Amino acid sequence: MSFPLLTAIVFLPLLGAASLLVVGGRDGERDERVRRLALGVSLVAFLLTLALWAGFDPASPDYQFVERHEWIPAFGIAYHIGVDGISLLLIVLTGFLTPLALLSSWGSVRKKVAVFSAFMLALESAMLGVFVSIDLFLFYVFWDAMLIPMYFLIGIWGYDRRVYAAIKFILYTMAGSVLMLVAIIGLAYLHSAATGAYSFDLLDLFTLDLAPRTQFWFFLAFTVAFAIKVPLFPFHTWLPDAHVEAPTAGSVILAGVLLKMGTYGLLRFSFPLFPEAALYFAPYLAGLAVVGIIYGALVAMVQPDLKKLVAYSSVSHLGFVVLGLCAMNPQGVQGAIYQMLSHGISTGALFLIVGMLSDRRHTRLIAEFGGLKKAMPRLTGAFLVITLSSVALPGLNGFIGEFLILVGVFMWDPRFAAFAASGVILSAVYMLWMFQRVNYGPITNEKNRNLPDLTAREAWVLGPTIAMVVLMGVLPGPFLRPMAPAVDRVIERVERGRPVVAAENGEKWGQTLFPALQSPTEIGSDPISPEPES
Amino acid sequence: MSDLAAIIPMLIVTLSAIAAMLAEAFREPGERIPTGLGLIGLVGAILASVFLWDRQATAFGVVLADNFALFVNIVLCVVGILTILLSAEVIEREQLPAGEYYALTLFAIAGMMLMGSATDLLVIFLALEIFSLSVYVLTGIRRASQAGAEAAFKYFLLGAFSSAFFLYGVAFTFAVTGSTRLEQIGPAIAAQSMNPGILVLLAVGMLMVGFAFKVSAVPFHMWTPDAYQGAPTIVTGFMSTAVKTAAFAAFVRVFLSAFGPLSTSWIPLLWWIAVATMVIGSVVGVVQTNVKRMLAYSSIAHAGYLLVGLIAGGQTGKAAVLFYLATYAVTNVGAFGVVAVLGTRDRPHDELSDFAGLWHRRPGLAALMAVFLLSLGGFPPTAGFIGKWYVFNAAVQQDQYALAIVGVLTSVVSVFYYLRIVVMMYMTEQPAEAPRTPALPALATAALAVAVLAVFYLGILPARVLDLAAESVATIF
Repeated sequence: MSFPLLTAIVFLPLLGAASLLVVGGRDGERDERVRRLALGVSLVAFLLTLALWAGFDPASPDYQFVERHEWIPAFGIAYHIGVDGISLLLIVLTGFLTPLALLSSWGSVRKKVAVFSAFMLALESAMLGVFVSIDLFLFYVFWDAMLIPMYFLIGIWGYDRRVYAAIKFILYTMAGSVLMLVAIIGLAYLHSAATGAYSFDLLDLFTLDLAPRTQFWFFLAFTVAFAIKVPLFPFHTWLPDAHVEAPTAGSVILAGVLLKMGTYGLLRFSFPLFPEAALYFAPYLAGLAVVGIIYGALVAMVQPDLKKLVAYSSVSHLGFVVLGLCAMNPQGVQGAIYQMLSHGISTGALFLIVGMLSDRRHTRLIAEFGGLKKAMPRLTGAFLVITLSSVALPGLNGFIGEFLILVGVFMWDPRFAAFAASGVILSAVYMLWMFQRVNYGPITNEKNRNLPDLTAREAWVLGPTIAMVVLMGVLPGPFLRPMAPAVDRVIERVERGRPVVAAENGEKWGQTLFPALQSPTEIGSDPISPEPES
Repeated sequence: MSDLAAIIPMLIVTLSAIAAMLAEAFREPGERIPTGLGLIGLVGAILASVFLWDRQATAFGVVLADNFALFVNIVLCVVGILTILLSAEVIEREQLPAGEYYALTLFAIAGMMLMGSATDLLVIFLALEIFSLSVYVLTGIRRASQAGAEAAFKYFLLGAFSSAFFLYGVAFTFAVTGSTRLEQIGPAIAAQSMNPGILVLLAVGMLMVGFAFKVSAVPFHMWTPDAYQGAPTIVTGFMSTAVKTAAFAAFVRVFLSAFGPLSTSWIPLLWWIAVATMVIGSVVGVVQTNVKRMLAYSSIAHAGYLLVGLIAGGQTGKAAVLFYLATYAVTNVGAFGVVAVLGTRDRPHDELSDFAGLWHRRPGLAALMAVFLLSLGGFPPTAGFIGKWYVFNAAVQQDQYALAIVGVLTSVVSVFYYLRIVVMMYMTEQPAEAPRTPALPALATAALAVAVLAVFYLGILPARVLDLAAESVATIF
């Protein structure tokens, strides 16, 4: 049997986390050792993800590096993991951002360093686990387990209202995901009703033929869980609190990876498992996404707090991703994945920069800054590149994703594209205006005059992100190539639902659901889809 | 002689209880002979239960050591061992009467084991009274404490009341079917299940009240918070888990076998009881400021989840109840154990504010408490998650989607109060005058370590115990 590379990637950080807790030494020394060890572990994990990418066959739409071991055989639950073109780059992104987040925390996290780093690494394990799971039960375990380290990171090392933000984060996310758990159990049960054996395996569940009303309710249960995570308007209210109160490293991971789990879940589970419901709901989801794009941008524009501004910009950017997914054509979906990656890098970098400013000044209010360019030319330069990437300047990474999404959405429904395009302009407004107020003009606050410029450590934190911003902007090919076959397969699966929904003329498909609305307990009583009456 | 085989586990525990009582009379201060005798008895009972596995031994026609009963025996003995290990030093510190404490605990366990194995309603009643009387006394074992006396009195009065209900239920059942044996009641009831008379329904209702009281289901839960708060913490940990285990074992056996044919009559009622129990347990727990009271409401909520498994019924439902009892037992004994070892005679360390900044004072205990609380909240990768999943799985299998949805949503609500304790421990500054916590006793450390390992074992590698639970109910009468 070959080397279990995926298992190694997923559990190496967790092992590292455990080993951090037993590092000895006197206080100062110990913290230093812990930091180096944590960074080392996360770098090794990153190298392993690169090895994964190198060994990945970009022409195949199938899961690769598959490992399967029985876990709870009585219910068909297996430790079944693998990677395909959709998850590959998200895994690499997770591996890329974690060391940067850890390195960025060297200056700001001073209490209980070992536990902090351990939670960061445990979080990385859980996130990687979410992306590699093929078994839905395993997926849910990682999905829910991930909340615990994030909760502690926000609650212990966050800013003033950290406890409120941490509890809001965990309860909000859980409330959505427990309903998904019921739906997952329901799917496994329907599988046993249809074939006689339980299975939580995604590939088995794809073969189920689900009745419209089952699809309707299960799609909602899955999608609400993911929409909260994305967060899709109007489920976004946890996000500004969590982002603002989290420590910098936590914000980077939250924005960079955690939010992507929502859109990943939509693409991986909601859409292909329930194609008819997905096609039925796509316009509504797209509508919410467009509202989110514009609403997030408008709210971001008026924020006095830098971190809040970046947080709301995420609502806007993630709206684009959901919109691209709803288009369900190759351009839209590939653009959505590309946007997930580039948002992870550029928003992660924005939070890193805000963290550096806040480390220096202990404030994040835009009004407290001004004219930073004179004091910190190098930091300002980095800030500019990242800002432009977030605005989607051609030549930088943000452009590719948004352009592909807009093309895809235009081919699907030009009305959505028209509204979404206005979001592009709005993002330029709030980002550039913020950048101008922070960095240009005279130095209005004397405290800003003698701020130190980028340190070597900070340069090492920002350098890789800037390199990636440029690389992904000018060379999108290597990033798009591996995802294409897997994306095509998902689209093909969803399109199977098209004739059903089209034949029923969309509305009719919806009408068949009204009896379901009256008697929700009857779901699942008819696992094999009956044709709707009338 | 073969008649005795089925009761060997109970016999061993009873003998060790008598030995502990005798030893108390002769022991020098500082010796821990009763502790050792208790452990020997419980380990012996586990070994005996393992030996009896798959043998279907019966005794006197009213005690059946089927795998179901043996599984329950083992859970009870594990709870007993953990409790005794946790209490070895704690009862010395708190100056509780050691001899009585061990003897009563062991007698209670013997009664509970009988409760899980009995196949005759009168024997079930007998077992119920054996362990209930022991637990009433244990609740008030701290004689000088007013709260303890009040708790014991309340528990005793309400308990006696519910025993009367139970006994009425037995009497009505006998009136209708002419027997108190479960294997004869079943067919007799099945014969008239199409058109059940009022007497049968009364019998079912009365028995249900008796059981609902013991498992602290709403609206028969009123005694729970007071009794849990007033009893010594170590006793609370024991009764919150062991009593529930024994009562649910008999509940499942009586309702899913003898009264199974009548399920269409009692399921609607129990459905509402389950929903009310989950909702009240979760929602009212949110406003508690005393950790023991909070955990009391948590135990009410967990009774609700167990009822979900019972309502689902069938092989999966029964196995889910068994597995849930095992996960809940190790988790809750652990949580109460942490509270117990933190307390002193003068200061119980059970207010929420006592936990402020515990992480800085006692990082290890805080971490253990956090794990137990997360398991109670149902987070993976802990035992509590698998237990909840299994129960809701059983519910979905019976198309009880509504129950499953109420269950998962109330569990989110209860997470709020579990996290309040975590917030206190980890995210609150220590008060200037932090309560001084006593040194951690060695045996208690071992018990907590075992409990936390069990929580992770059942959470990460549950397959083996799940299979055992499924096997246990395969032959249940």
